[in-house]
Parts: sequence; structure tokens; C-alpha cells
Amino acid sequence: MTAADTTVGQGDGLRGAARLVAGLPPAPAVWCSGLRKRYGRHQAVQDVSLEVARGDVVGLLGPNGAGKTSVIKMLLGLVRPDAGEVLLLGRPATDPAARACVGYLPELFRYQPWLSAVEVLALHVRLSGIDVTAQDQRACLSLVGLADRAGHRVGGFSKGMQQRLGLAVALVARPELVVLDEPTSALDPLGRVDVRDIVLALKERGVAVLLNSHLIGEVERVCDRVVILDRGRVAASGTLAELLGQRELRLQLTGLSPAAEARLRAAGKIERAGDWFTLALPADHDGAAVPDLVRDLAALGARVHAVEPARISLEERLLGILREGSAARSADGR
Amino acid sequence: MTTARTVLTIAGLTLREASRRRVLIALAGLTVVLLALSGWGFSRLAAEYGGSALTSGEARLTASIVLNLVMFGFSLIAALGTAFLAGPTLSGETESGIALAVLARPIRRSAFLLGKWLGLVAFGSGFVVLAGLAQCLVVRVTVDYWPPQPAAALALLAAQTTVLLTLALLLSTAISPMASGVVAVGLFCTTWVAGVVGGVGEGLGNDAVARVGDVSRMLLPTDGLWQGAMHAFQDPSVFVTFGGADVAAFPFLSTAPLTVAYLGWAALWVAMVWGLAAVSFGRKDL
Repeated sequence: MTAADTTVGQGDGLRGAARLVAGLPPAPAVWCSGLRKRYGRHQAVQDVSLEVARGDVVGLLGPNGAGKTSVIKMLLGLVRPDAGEVLLLGRPATDPAARACVGYLPELFRYQPWLSAVEVLALHVRLSGIDVTAQDQRACLSLVGLADRAGHRVGGFSKGMQQRLGLAVALVARPELVVLDEPTSALDPLGRVDVRDIVLALKERGVAVLLNSHLIGEVERVCDRVVILDRGRVAASGTLAELLGQRELRLQLTGLSPAAEARLRAAGKIERAGDWFTLALPADHDGAAVPDLVRDLAALGARVHAVEPARISLEERLLGILREGSAARSADGR
Repeated sequence: MTTARTVLTIAGLTLREASRRRVLIALAGLTVVLLALSGWGFSRLAAEYGGSALTSGEARLTASIVLNLVMFGFSLIAALGTAFLAGPTLSGETESGIALAVLARPIRRSAFLLGKWLGLVAFGSGFVVLAGLAQCLVVRVTVDYWPPQPAAALALLAAQTTVLLTLALLLSTAISPMASGVVAVGLFCTTWVAGVVGGVGEGLGNDAVARVGDVSRMLLPTDGLWQGAMHAFQDPSVFVTFGGADVAAFPFLSTAPLTVAYLGWAALWVAMVWGLAAVSFGRKDL
């Protein structure tokens, strides 16, 4: 075999490998495994693994001190993990270039008070190394409602305005991943709605978002997946459908014959309060289960006064998970 | 983003911070007051002894001493200014959270630190060089004295400021903003006093006491560089007027120019302390 043949062979091999790699799905926006962090005697984070797929909005929930902000800071290289690995947009987080397309709004949002809002954005654009026109930077300030304060010094901003500026900083350099740590903590109700709309707009554009928020309702509205942290560990994670899989149906029934009651019990677990029956439907029930049940109950002589779908809220589920964790720890302690 | 661009961006930001904070107004105010007072003092000196009271050699000696004294005031202002600017600009930003959003950008912490350092060096050096030059002009106009090596003297003052702010930067990676400024200025003053004690020891021929100054100048090269700056400011005839031992014992006169080896040590000292600051800052959890 000649040297030329070898070169051709290597070239084919490389092209083949390139095709193979091009065919692979893009790396997740965030991937971390086995993150641990100890501050003195306090184990803040222990063995946390999570993933945020491209274009997904993932909510990070948990009580105070659960380690949410520590996990976020470890993902962004602001805190050194004692153990574990992090990949951001497919690159190791130890390489600063991994953060080139990452926007971040810290929980403790403070920006240079001696700069104007537009100067803060220009600074972050320059540091990100991405070309963003002055017009786009202004548009970003408009998006967060600071268009008329663009030239004002940040030192004169209220907390809410600084948080809005932080949101603009996170969004300005065309990120593929946005990490928002308590993005609405200083905002009024209108500001919260704005943040929700911004997150939904990012989702539409395929930008991944990791959202840490105490406002469970907001998380429930915008997130595809949720990770619940408790005492530095992942207590639960999954899509909202997986976490809230248990759906309930409330029925008001009279004239219930034994046969109708048997039919009802066959549909799922029942709780009764007078004429009201609460039926826990299995997570995998199909769309026909409820109309079929109502038809059968009517056929068996029951009078159906009301049928109301009831859903376990994320808040109830979160509290349930945290209480279970607490009870398990108490039991272990004994 | 290239490291050079990050460094220059952060250096520019640090200079802009210095220019927009009150520290600049305070520095400018203090400088003007000191320049005006020294101008008045030198003019009085010329008026009182302008006749035949002083020989030309004595006049140059007096001008040298007073110039060194005023320059010490400037170096102290620069030390206070940069030390109290270096602390807040680094540990203040990490404490307040300003650094969080900046360091989450695709930049290395060492590049961020180098940018801060460069900005502070430019600010501190710019201040001492401009104020020192203004002072030299005041002396020229009032008593017609011009230092033998003004450029070298001003460069050494700038180097002294650089040494102190590098120390303040290292301290600010580990302790609070105010504490880092206080400790840096405290060490600066301690080294100066140790240098004066060493000079007295030299004047008295007491080697043990003289060694205090030598050791302190090695541990923190601010006083060593200051001695070099004084030597470049003062008229060479002071040795004719004073004996060498008397010059050594006098805190505002210097006996010898700096050696290249000492300048090399000062540069190495800055590099080592900066390196320590980079390691400390790189390992810091924000």
C-alpha cells in the first residue's frame, strides 16, 4: 500500500467519523454527575446529578439551604466542587470557553454602580466575545423594561430594576443556555409575568433554561422538567407529568347501587365524603377512561350530579416529597 | 475571547471605576493641597534664605530634603489610595456579588486578576508620576532646584506603588476589603519605620540594628524602592555637606542608588506575590 492510499484511507475514515458525530444528537445544555461540596462541617451538596436538554426549561426546587445555588455556582465554575463532573453545552465546565453561550442571573444580583445600564451590557458583550450590535443591546434593555433608563447609572437603580438589568445581562450575548437563580425575588407581580413571558420566549427559540425559583406556580407554568433538591441531594426529578402523574377526579353521585360502586372502585382508589367521591386515576389512564366510567355509572342507575377533574399541584407534590424525606430521616435517626 | 482582550477590558473597567469613584476626587484634592502647601513652603524657604544666608550647596541640600519629604507624602497618598482601591475592587466585588456575573463569562480568573492589577498599576503609577512631576516643577519654579534623575525617581515611586498594590491585591483575595487596605498600609508604614531604624543603626555603626532595615526591605520592597527614589531626587552634593553615616541616619536622604540585583528582586517579589494572589483567587468559592 502506498502513502497516498494511506492518506486517502485516513481521509475517508475522518469523513466517516465526522458524519457519525454530525448524526449524534447535540450534547445536553447541562450535564453534571456526582457533584459534592462541603463548607466546613456542612455537606452542602452530596452526589447531585442532573441534566438539562437543549431547549428544555428545567426548574430547580427545594427548601432554603437545599443546595440549589451551590449547584448552580458549581455548574458555572464559580464554586469548585469537591467531586463530580460538569459539562456545559458539551464542553467541560473547567474550560472557561464552555460558558461562551451561557447567560446567568445570580441570586445576589449586583452590577457596577458607577456604570450606566447600557455600559454594563456592553461590558458583558465584550467579555462574552460575541458580536452584538448596540441596537440589539438596546432591544435587550427594552425587553426587560429598562429602555428609558439605559443611560442612567446603576447605582441609582432600585433592586427590582437591578434584577431586570441582570436579566438583560443574562440574555444579551445570544445564549444557548440561561441560568436564572431566583429571577423574580425583587420583582413586582408585573415583573414576574414579564419573566415568565421571557422564559417562554426562550423556550420557543430553543434556548435551554435552568430556573431556580421559590415561586412554584411559575415553575409549574413554564418548566418541562423539575429537579427537587433536599439537603443537598436530588429528592426527585422528572417531567411534570411524571412528578404529578397521579390525577384525580371528583364526582358527586347519588343513588349508587352496589354494582355502580364496584364499577367505581374498579376505576381506582376512592375516598368518599358524603355524596362526593374522589377517585385517584392511574398515571397511564387513557382519555376514554373518564367518559366510559360516567357512561357505565349512569347505566348502572347512579345519578351523576358533577364530574370535576382535580390535579395534584406541584406545591403539594413538593411538600409531599420533602415531608417523606424528613420522615425517612427521622426514622433512620431512631 | 482572547486573554489579552479580557485583561485589557478589565484593566479599562478598573480605570473607569477609579475615575468615577470618589477616591479620585479625594486624591486630587489631597494632591492639590499638598502641592499648594509645598509651593508656599518652598517660596518661603527661598524668601527667608534667598539672600546670602545659605550657600548654593546648602540650598540644594535643603531643597533635596524638603523635596524628599513632600515626595514621601505623595507616596503615602498613593499607598493609601491604591491599597484602599485594590481591596474594594476585588474582595468588595466578590462580597457584593458584582464579580458573579462577570466571572460567569468565558474568562479565566487569572486574566480577570491581571486586568485588575494592570488597571490599578496604571492608576497608581499615573498618579505618583503626575503628582511627582508637578512637585518637581513647583520646586523648579520656587527654589530653582531640579532633581538629577527625575525619570528614574518617578519610575521608582511608581514601582513602590505597584509593590504595595500587589500586596493589597493578594490580601484582598483572602480577607475583607477594609482589612486588606489597613493591613497593606500598616505593613507599608512598618517597613518604612524599619528602614529608618536600619538607617539609624547604619549611622551609629550598629550592624544588628542596620540589619533590621535590610531584612524589612527584602520582605517588602516598598522602602528599598523609596530609598532609590530619594537618591534619584536628591542632589549628589549632600554627601559633601553631610558625611555618609549622617545621610544614612537621616530619614529623608538616601546613601546609595539601587542595585540592579535589588530591582530584580523587587520585580521577582511582585511576580511571586501576584502569582500567590492568582492561586488564592483561582481557588476562591464565590
